[in-house]
Amino acid sequence: MRKFSRLSRFNIASLVLGLAFLYLPILILVIYSFNASRLVTVWGGWSLRWYREIFADRAMIEASWMSLRVAVASATIATLIGTLAAVALSRGERFRGRTLFSGMLYAPLVMPEVITGLSLLLLFVALNAERGFWTVTIAHTTLTMCFVAVVVQSRLGSLDRSLEEAAMDLGCAPVRAFLSVTLPLIAPAIVAGWMLAFTLSLDDLVIASFTTGPGSATLPIRIYSEVRLGVKPEINAICTLVIALIAVVIVIASLASKLSNSQGESAAPL
Amino acid sequence: MSARRIFARPARFAAIAPYVWMVLFFLVPFGFVLKISLSQTAIAQPPYEPVFDLTAGWAAIRAAFAALSIDNFRLLASDDIYVFAYLRSLTVAVTATALLLLIGYPIAYGMARLPKRWQAVAMVLVIVPFWTSFLIRIYAWINILQHDGLLNQILLALHLVSEPVVWLSTDTAMYIGIVYSYLPFMILPLYATLAKMEPALEEAASDLGAPPWQVFWLVTFPLSLPGVGAGVLLCFIPVVGEFVIPDLLAGSNSLMIGQTLWLEFFTNKDWPVASSAAIVLLVVLLLPLLLYERLQRRQLEER
Repeated sequence: MRKFSRLSRFNIASLVLGLAFLYLPILILVIYSFNASRLVTVWGGWSLRWYREIFADRAMIEASWMSLRVAVASATIATLIGTLAAVALSRGERFRGRTLFSGMLYAPLVMPEVITGLSLLLLFVALNAERGFWTVTIAHTTLTMCFVAVVVQSRLGSLDRSLEEAAMDLGCAPVRAFLSVTLPLIAPAIVAGWMLAFTLSLDDLVIASFTTGPGSATLPIRIYSEVRLGVKPEINAICTLVIALIAVVIVIASLASKLSNSQGESAAPL
Repeated sequence: MSARRIFARPARFAAIAPYVWMVLFFLVPFGFVLKISLSQTAIAQPPYEPVFDLTAGWAAIRAAFAALSIDNFRLLASDDIYVFAYLRSLTVAVTATALLLLIGYPIAYGMARLPKRWQAVAMVLVIVPFWTSFLIRIYAWINILQHDGLLNQILLALHLVSEPVVWLSTDTAMYIGIVYSYLPFMILPLYATLAKMEPALEEAASDLGAPPWQVFWLVTFPLSLPGVGAGVLLCFIPVVGEFVIPDLLAGSNSLMIGQTLWLEFFTNKDWPVASSAAIVLLVVLLLPLLLYERLQRRQLEER
């Protein structure tokens, strides 16, 4: 009577259809980026024509460069601060304002981006800050450190605390115990957190639109303004390049999480 | 003192940097939104009258408080555009969440029935699209749904329709986009609860003579309710404020609140009204957020 642990035909059908639904549109986009025809929907044979056109497009190159710089800077700051937040939440036990602290960390995860972007812009205007690289970086750091905190915290939660305690029983100061015992153990989750922050920053359109100034558009802002004017084969090509970059990042992140698996504990979910 | 207690103290110091950051760049900005939502529109840069001028002393602050205006909020309540935008946002979010639940549940259920090794693979496969750019995924659908796009080509080739169907700029396209983008947010919490469930419970119900639909409806579904709640809220809240998907896929005749806010801010340059619209949206969303928080706490206690 193992009826319910077995896959039914319905289970298989919904899995196959679900995954097809998730992947086919992206696959179609990638295939059409190699289409020689100017008409997006008419197949004119394989060609790298649109990739050449992208690399000749200065505005696109500048926007990509801006996006990459913001993504690297904000992911790095977010990983530093987000890891600290995760440590405070999972090892700090009770401290004053803990509820507010965790509330502030979880709220941006579900908050509509329009609100987050609007509020940050009003802050920057009130501070008379010049909008550009740094304002976007700060905005992205605020959003992505919450994701880093969640990923690192789930790893810290699954960690055996007796390891830390053993180090301290043997005379290690708490900070030293953290640096030489805990940190190496959670390193894969920190790497995964950085990758997640990087891709989220690379992806963000709404918050960047609110917090950037004239002349410093990020790649999604450029893509968005092109897409509004209609579908162009160049966009298929640039989207494919972004997908390829993110795919590389995912492979590295999954290797990091494999590493954390092989260390005996269950990996962070992302 | 146990080692655990010693560790707690430096760990509390770790909170300082993130705490200060979040107060500065998350909490304080809302103070500004609130402040500007209460001020008057001005044709200048920035396009609003400053409410407080702390250099002017106490009397000026009192005068400023007297000058605070709730006109912007009154405008929101009386202007049909806003009332309709809020109603449309809620309708879209409820419909989209229902669709997501209907489509996501069977997928999560199938995942939970897979052999353990394949479950991990399936989970990665569901998460990967979440890592792929949001905007690109919407754009991918424009490729498919446009007038001479793939969908119409297939339908024409199969002689299911005699001329191209209009997909883009319709609500159908918008719902496809929303379901496509948020599906991982629905599947993952559902899968998490379904995978933890004892198959013995379903077997027992079946052995006692319940037909499959009754097993599902009386045993499986009630036990998966925590996952349903988490999935519904994870999808519902961001969809209410959604901007990109309706802007690129839906028609322009009825806007959601996220789009209205964006237009008010960037096109009309009426920052005070945009700010009060944001405050109202925040209050509308606070309720499900608090519910979610309570749900999570209850789940933690059960563990």
